[in-house]
Amino acid sequence: MNDRIASSFNQGKAFIPFITCGDPDLATTKALIRAMATHGADLIELGIPFSDPIAEGPIIQEADVRALASGTTTDKLFDMVREVRAETSIPLVFMTYINPIFTYGKERFLSSCKEVGIDGIIVPDMPFEEQDELEGTCRSYGISLISMIAPTSKQRIEKVASRSEGFLYCVSSLGVTGTRETIDDTAKEMVQAVKSVSCTPCAIGFGISNENQAEHFAAFADGIIVGSAIVRLIAKYGRQCVEPVALFVESMKAAANRT
Amino acid sequence: MKVGRFGQFGGQYIPETLMHAVIELEEAYNHFKEDPSFRTELKELYAEYAGRPSLLTYAEKMTEDLGGAKIYLKREDLNHTGSHKINNVLGQCLLAKKMGKKRVIAETGAGQHGVATATVAALMGLECEVFMGKVDCDRQALNVYRMRLLGARVHPVTSGTMTLKDAVNETMREWTARIDDTHYVLGSVMGPHPFPTMVRDFQKIIGEEVRAQILKKEGRLPDYLLACVGGGSNAMGLFYDFIDDTGVKLIGCEAAGKGLDTEQHAATLAKGTEGIFHGMKSYFCQDLFGQIAEVYSISAGLDYPGIGPEHANLYASKRATYVAITDDEAVDAFAYLSRQEGIIPAIESAHAIAYAQKLAPTLSKDKIIVINLSGRGDKDVAAIARYKGENLYE
Repeated sequence: MNDRIASSFNQGKAFIPFITCGDPDLATTKALIRAMATHGADLIELGIPFSDPIAEGPIIQEADVRALASGTTTDKLFDMVREVRAETSIPLVFMTYINPIFTYGKERFLSSCKEVGIDGIIVPDMPFEEQDELEGTCRSYGISLISMIAPTSKQRIEKVASRSEGFLYCVSSLGVTGTRETIDDTAKEMVQAVKSVSCTPCAIGFGISNENQAEHFAAFADGIIVGSAIVRLIAKYGRQCVEPVALFVESMKAAANRT
Repeated sequence: MKVGRFGQFGGQYIPETLMHAVIELEEAYNHFKEDPSFRTELKELYAEYAGRPSLLTYAEKMTEDLGGAKIYLKREDLNHTGSHKINNVLGQCLLAKKMGKKRVIAETGAGQHGVATATVAALMGLECEVFMGKVDCDRQALNVYRMRLLGARVHPVTSGTMTLKDAVNETMREWTARIDDTHYVLGSVMGPHPFPTMVRDFQKIIGEEVRAQILKKEGRLPDYLLACVGGGSNAMGLFYDFIDDTGVKLIGCEAAGKGLDTEQHAATLAKGTEGIFHGMKSYFCQDLFGQIAEVYSISAGLDYPGIGPEHANLYASKRATYVAITDDEAVDAFAYLSRQEGIIPAIESAHAIAYAQKLAPTLSKDKIIVINLSGRGDKDVAAIARYKGENLYE
């Protein structure tokens, strides 16, 4: 297991923010990574913008549109990570659909990940059944392939967990990413089911947007992932988003550890 | 080899949330496709509701005018709802009912698949919601009203390019939000396994009928099969029964839009590259970084940046060939068939007619071409009039 990822679950409940790279531009992304790293983030999920993000709700879809409109490409993204890696040792994982990896070239993509200091990848449209597509290449470059568990996984949990690396991304509820008013107990049962068969850390994401929810989910998971609520701040404040995002990250990390 | 693969193409590249649903679907499909009562019921729906078998019409005037190969038209335009789409929808909705689903959702481009789904949902008492790109809603306004008349809710999709690809994205998102009581009636031979196989199985009746009909009329198999290709369901339906008959040439006709030398086309095999999108490994129009391209065709049904994985394999293995037809050529063919044969083809199908106009004169009179006339063109009349500069609205 990637040491940096393992260490992110060592400071209490992990707080994992997600941002879309290049929204509103890559300079802001870099500033956000630095600020979040010093304000309570334990690991940062970096979204590679995609033309057709089928697992995302409207908030992150719009971030992808903004990021692509600002001229973000995979090449520029690797350059940005290389620069920021010189200043921070926080674990960084890419969240990307499979097509940008496949079309860039699996070898070329994952060797670049290793070279610039990316620790893992999350590929939301590559389920267990298709994991062979990238697993070997990830392994040869020491990049953790992070698997997802959903409320519908049920009897698949053991199989998915058995090949998990880094941490397990538990999807809190049905549907796409986005903020939710209420979230039921499905997530708790799911995490308990995962814990009974695996010792890989479980982080919960999808729909977590406020301190109450952070506290609620952190009570039974090893970490929480927050995307849309942060992306919404970025949309609101544009290039001035660094401070409000840092304060939000700080408050969510504190809430997650209030239990 | 893994399940759901055609050579290296196909697969199940979808979010974990949907895996349970496609596995459940595959199990149900494998069970019911062998179930005698399911087969009888579907056969009866084809015969008594859709109007199958569809005719194989000898296009005598077109044949004489072009002066070469003999041309037959497979008349999927005569099916109930006016296209081949009903074949697949009857199969999937019957399956959904057997699975205990109460609600169906579907994407649509031109609106043919949406209309077919709304129709069968009405027939079978299923709740129905259709996702259609806003741009397509505007260019096919009549079909939107038709779906609403049939009791479906139509959601105009305003994300991305607001066309078929975005309608697929939105239907997939909707499916992840509500799986238990909902079946996704995917409209073409694309998406994650088992859809490409299942949809092809529900469409292969086209080719099976052609075989029997042409043997009766001509006593032999045709030399060429022509069909338009977007996702590729009418083409797969025509081709499938003939794949092992290597003497029968299979030709798919893609949309070249404003020309292959422009950015405005939807010619996936002519201009696309290998990729993984919408649940499948196949060919896609995309940039160097894997961003899916905006594609364009006058035909909303062909305006899609990918192609079904079985076509990708037929292409890669060179069993089938694919040609690209421009908007102008398709619009000419639309008028040509109307005048020659008194049959107004769907603008999608007109792409195959256009290629026949090029191919037939180069062949001797003892050759036979069968064209899949996948849909009727009533839906396109106003748009074609506008394309030709007339101020005509429905």
